[in-house]
Amino acid sequence: MAPDLLGPTLALSGILFSIGVLGALLRRNAIILFMCVELMLNAVNLTFVAFARYYGFGGHVLVFFVMTVAAAEAAVGLAIMLALFRHNQTLDLQDINLLHG
Amino acid sequence: MLPASLLLQADVRSIGAGVPLWLLLLLPLAGFLVNAAIAFVRPSSKTLVSVVGPGVVLSSFAVAVACFRQLQAAGAPEALTLNLWRWIEAGDLKIDIAFRLDHLSALMVLVITGVGGLIHVFSVGYMKADAGYARYFAYLNLFIVFMLVLVLGSSMPVLFIGWEGVGLCSYLLIGFWYGVQANADAGKKAFIMNRIGDFGFLIAMFLTWHALGTLDFAEIAARASQLPANGTLVTAIALFIALGCVGKSAQIPLYTWLPDAMAGPTPVSALIHAATMVTAGVYLVVRSNALFALSPTASLVVAVVGAATALFAGTIGLRQNDIKKVLAFSTVSQLGLMFLAVGSGAYVAGIFHLVTHAFFKAVLFLGAGSVIHAMHHAYHSTHSHGDPQDMRNMGGLKQWMPWTSALMWIATLAIAGIPVFSGFFSKDEILVAVFGRGAGQGVFYVLWLVASIASLLTAVYMGRLMMMTFHGANRTGAAEQAQLHEAPWVMTLPLAVLGLLSLAGGLINLPHFAGGHEWLEHWLEPVLAPSHDLVPLVMPEGTTEYGLVGLAALLGVIGLVVGAKAVLRRPTLTATEAVPETGFARVLSGQYFVDAFYDRVIVRPVQWFARTVLWKTIDQWLVDSVAVMGSARLLQGFGWLGSRFETGQLGLYLLVFVAGAVWVLGVVLQ
Repeated sequence: MAPDLLGPTLALSGILFSIGVLGALLRRNAIILFMCVELMLNAVNLTFVAFARYYGFGGHVLVFFVMTVAAAEAAVGLAIMLALFRHNQTLDLQDINLLHG
Repeated sequence: MLPASLLLQADVRSIGAGVPLWLLLLLPLAGFLVNAAIAFVRPSSKTLVSVVGPGVVLSSFAVAVACFRQLQAAGAPEALTLNLWRWIEAGDLKIDIAFRLDHLSALMVLVITGVGGLIHVFSVGYMKADAGYARYFAYLNLFIVFMLVLVLGSSMPVLFIGWEGVGLCSYLLIGFWYGVQANADAGKKAFIMNRIGDFGFLIAMFLTWHALGTLDFAEIAARASQLPANGTLVTAIALFIALGCVGKSAQIPLYTWLPDAMAGPTPVSALIHAATMVTAGVYLVVRSNALFALSPTASLVVAVVGAATALFAGTIGLRQNDIKKVLAFSTVSQLGLMFLAVGSGAYVAGIFHLVTHAFFKAVLFLGAGSVIHAMHHAYHSTHSHGDPQDMRNMGGLKQWMPWTSALMWIATLAIAGIPVFSGFFSKDEILVAVFGRGAGQGVFYVLWLVASIASLLTAVYMGRLMMMTFHGANRTGAAEQAQLHEAPWVMTLPLAVLGLLSLAGGLINLPHFAGGHEWLEHWLEPVLAPSHDLVPLVMPEGTTEYGLVGLAALLGVIGLVVGAKAVLRRPTLTATEAVPETGFARVLSGQYFVDAFYDRVIVRPVQWFARTVLWKTIDQWLVDSVAVMGSARLLQGFGWLGSRFETGQLGLYLLVFVAGAVWVLGVVLQ
């Protein structure tokens, strides 16, 4: 039986997620933001996997779903980025404020 | 003789199902439809209109005569009825579109279709050159339809259809030449003034239903005696009916629309605003005689209003220069006399005067129409802007228009009450009856005096009118004189027939002292039985009657002489030369400034209220600004506040999102 690594794993997951959140809040480049979102997704995946060890395969299954969605998101997201860049010549989010009230 | 109560059975037995009563109404209705179609499709077409327009009314007159003969043959309690369909049914209230030709309606129908038919014929000549020829005849035919509905309606609501319908036609025909603002205004004035009366009539209907549970005239007559005599309820009903009649028959204080109604074509003035529609009020009072007989108070009010109007309008007639205005005030005055008669319980005298007045006033108006027609052509051919209706521009017209002059003289002698002419008998009967009523109620002696003065004034202003128009030197202008001519036969012929009727119309109720049998008195007995049982009319006889008759005739002669002398005393100045009137003459020619008074006291305050309070304050400020725009601004404000969060900065959105998520998480995990 492998040593119980749940605590450190969750801690790592929390750290990764926090980095993702902070990055998303603080950075202004759309691609960095996008990467931060991916980081948060993967932090959650890590949690699922860690818990799956104790609670059965549900966690593993969910991870595959998340990865699929993340892949789709990456495809769509990068396409949007490309379109945005073609349109604005920048990916700075402070300049992309069409929905400004 | 059957007892009176039996005569008043509500279910008056219908006779002769084959009687073409419906034809009476259908003919003018068909005429209206045809003429209206022509007015829309080919307004320039005149031949067909000239045949259809008068044709349907004259055919209707033939049907009316047939109906009349049948009624005569059938005997007293009969009436021709026609029940078309159930119109309103709500609980106990059941109203049928039903018509009843009884003795009173039969007489009215004869007058309406007879005089109406002749006026239609006259119109063919008078309106010949008018662009709205077909439209004119469509309106005129429609008027006949509604007038027949009015007198044939067997219940109050059906009568009311006709009542409103003739009001509509009156409005359409007063404003017939609607291109001139004054004409359109006169039409509106007539309509609005009549609304006040209609309101009274509607209230009267509600009260009648409340009190008697029926709106059918025969049943009202049969059940009226259930009501306490001179009670508040019956007085209220009668007074509200009277208000309706005051509006329709142009009595004080609602008379001001009638002089303005002269804006319409002259034959319209003759038909609607003299012979038929305006007498509807008198007809309605007679029709409701069972109610008025129960309420001496309401009857007295009607009599006083009538006498006051007769005198008031008579004085105004003295100083008018527009030939139609004189006749208009004369009509108001004569209607006042009819009101006085029916208010005094002399219903037969009222109807008698209604019929003879229809004859001689039609002659006077149509004669005036012929004169205006000639004057208009004369001025038109010389491109002069003279007023063809102003008597100051006339004078000596007898020379060119001998027929019109002679026929109008017959009518003048009739209206002035000169013996043998029709008006003498009818007016005389009113005066005698009012005097007779004085024995019971002293106030009627005063009303008799007022009415006598009014009939004196009638003779004065008619003498003045005839002298100014047909006699003395001509003032039209040298160039125009050559163009003056008698009207074509299509106009003089109806005038001649009506002139004959004005001469001989008295025969229908020739009194005993003249060797007659008072035919009308007996003819109307079935209709008037309920009131005659309650309030028997005692006519003075013997010396008193002869004295009254002699005095009335004398007043007529004196009046005519005075009126004629007043004109001949000094040469009349033409309209352009005339100096402004001064003193009381100015008050009279200004019609006592009643219109100005109404304008100040009612019209302008209402307009001010409508403009300042209703429009500017309530509508523009309260509704538009505060309510509509205010709520929009408020929501806009909220929207603006909300939009402050929409910075477009993704970071901020995320921050809020994360904060929210953390907060939710915190709440859930607690």
